[in-house]
Amino acid sequence: MEYAQDGALSQSRLKPLNGIKIEVAGQAASSGCGTTGGEGKASCGSSDGQGDMPAEVWEKVKNHPCYSEEAHHHYARMHVAVAPACNIQCNYCNRKYDCSNESRPGVVSQKLTPEQAVKKVVAVASEIPQMTVLGIAGPGDALANPKKTFDTFRMLQEQAPDIKLCLSTNGLALPDYVDEIAKYNVDHVTITINMIDAEVGEKIYPWIFYNHKRIYGREAAQILTERQMLGLEMLTARGILTKINSVLIPGINDEHLYEVNRAVKSRGAFLHNIMPLISEAEHGTVFGLTGQRGPSAQELKDVQDACMGGANLMRHCRQCRADAVGLLGEDRSDEFTLDKIEEMEVVYDLEKRRAYQEKVEAERQSQHQAKVDALSAALDLENVDPDMKVLVAVATEGHGKVNQHFGHATEFQIFELTATSATFVGHRRVDLYCQGGFGEDEQLPSIVNAINDCHAVLVAKIGACPRDELKAAGIEPVDQYAHEFIEKAALSWFSDYRSRIASGEIAHQTRGDAAIRQGAFKAA
Amino acid sequence: MAYKIVGSQCTGCSACEPECPNQAIYEKNGVFFIKPEKCTECIGHFDEAQCVAACPVDNTCIIDNAYPRYQAA
Repeated sequence: MEYAQDGALSQSRLKPLNGIKIEVAGQAASSGCGTTGGEGKASCGSSDGQGDMPAEVWEKVKNHPCYSEEAHHHYARMHVAVAPACNIQCNYCNRKYDCSNESRPGVVSQKLTPEQAVKKVVAVASEIPQMTVLGIAGPGDALANPKKTFDTFRMLQEQAPDIKLCLSTNGLALPDYVDEIAKYNVDHVTITINMIDAEVGEKIYPWIFYNHKRIYGREAAQILTERQMLGLEMLTARGILTKINSVLIPGINDEHLYEVNRAVKSRGAFLHNIMPLISEAEHGTVFGLTGQRGPSAQELKDVQDACMGGANLMRHCRQCRADAVGLLGEDRSDEFTLDKIEEMEVVYDLEKRRAYQEKVEAERQSQHQAKVDALSAALDLENVDPDMKVLVAVATEGHGKVNQHFGHATEFQIFELTATSATFVGHRRVDLYCQGGFGEDEQLPSIVNAINDCHAVLVAKIGACPRDELKAAGIEPVDQYAHEFIEKAALSWFSDYRSRIASGEIAHQTRGDAAIRQGAFKAA
Repeated sequence: MAYKIVGSQCTGCSACEPECPNQAIYEKNGVFFIKPEKCTECIGHFDEAQCVAACPVDNTCIIDNAYPRYQAA
């Protein structure tokens, strides 16, 4: 209930993330749901602490794993698959499986009734105290199943009032349910917006089901974009934070996403998450069958970079499945199947959860301090380009530290380093290199492909074979910063790298592009 | 006088169920069925059959030829 009354409060003080001015509640009432443009500085606020985010907004998102890049290392979320129906068709989605933008195609979630869902959430929250967020993201559309979605929220609020609620929608039904959303204290909504121009939209959406009719083509896309924009404005007017997801589809909306970014920013969206299209032929989606490719890592980063300075960008999305459980990038859903939940003794201990979360908070502060210290120690070197930027890959099991064996990594976190900054820019999933202690040499090329744009890979430990192969590929394996905080380790390595360039020991070379691994994310 | 759902194609998504003006659709073991005696093919309610329009899989809600076409009263 801690978010019960702050809608109006944050609305009245909700200030530009970067350039947007949102009308205060009283004015909004007289001028509709409008937003006005304004001044402000550009930044990627969610990546590094509060940045220029207003205090009220930061307070709401700082512990939300899907919204704060720092928090996603420490807090967990879960999704419950109570919403199987959808009211639109997307060309990147095959409804025999889950929706492919909120979750992965080819992965089927276990459908739950609202009662089963609430039981599952309480069981998980008792077992995993860092679980702070429940989302309803499908497998269809949360608002195409309004009764199931809102029944789940209502019952959960009665049993576990400290859990934050959020939902994802394509936006078609959104204007009809904004009041209901506000009623259940859902203070975070995600809308998937892939276009603001029906000419682009008709290439993505073959049809929608709206007002008891199936509508096709450009007319369908026009209705969809109008409903999305109206819904976003209505949420903003009520002080409900809205994140926008966009699927980057090369050749269809890659250049257009810049316009989408500006349009959603001007209507008050606080975060924009640009995700790569996933279109494997075996998923049976239209794009999979027509051979529409997804973007490379560089293409994705280029679009994300072009949109920086607009709505804040989110780069840590894992496109997890609709019944995912755990920290982003991990999936513990197998531990919480219906059968297992039935057998669990569940005691919901609010105090225990709070105590754990305080511990996490202290750890997080140390991580932040380590980064600040490392930045202040950064060297100013002659003979080295001060604007040099490099990417490094990091193997981590969490807690914000370089603490994973190269062979155990199923994903690498990617940081962009300059002399004065370490910025998280994304993650790369890879096939597990080391299975049961034996390195699988044939996996290494795919790992190299996934981090081929990086100059170094920071790990807790690495075997001799992969070490040599990485070196041969021009990626420096680094294990001397094992168990240090990630940003500190990365910046220390970069200082060392620049020193070696300054001394003439090595020459700086630019790296190539990297591949985004297709297929479903699975726990190792 | 009725539509039927091709069970092997039904994804169990439930999109059709709340759209039916006759409450003719029900679920059993994860897939959906239409009670033929309740189905009016949406005649008198909507221009198109709602289950057909809402269903994400083409040719899954189809006319059941075992019954004569529905005649509005």
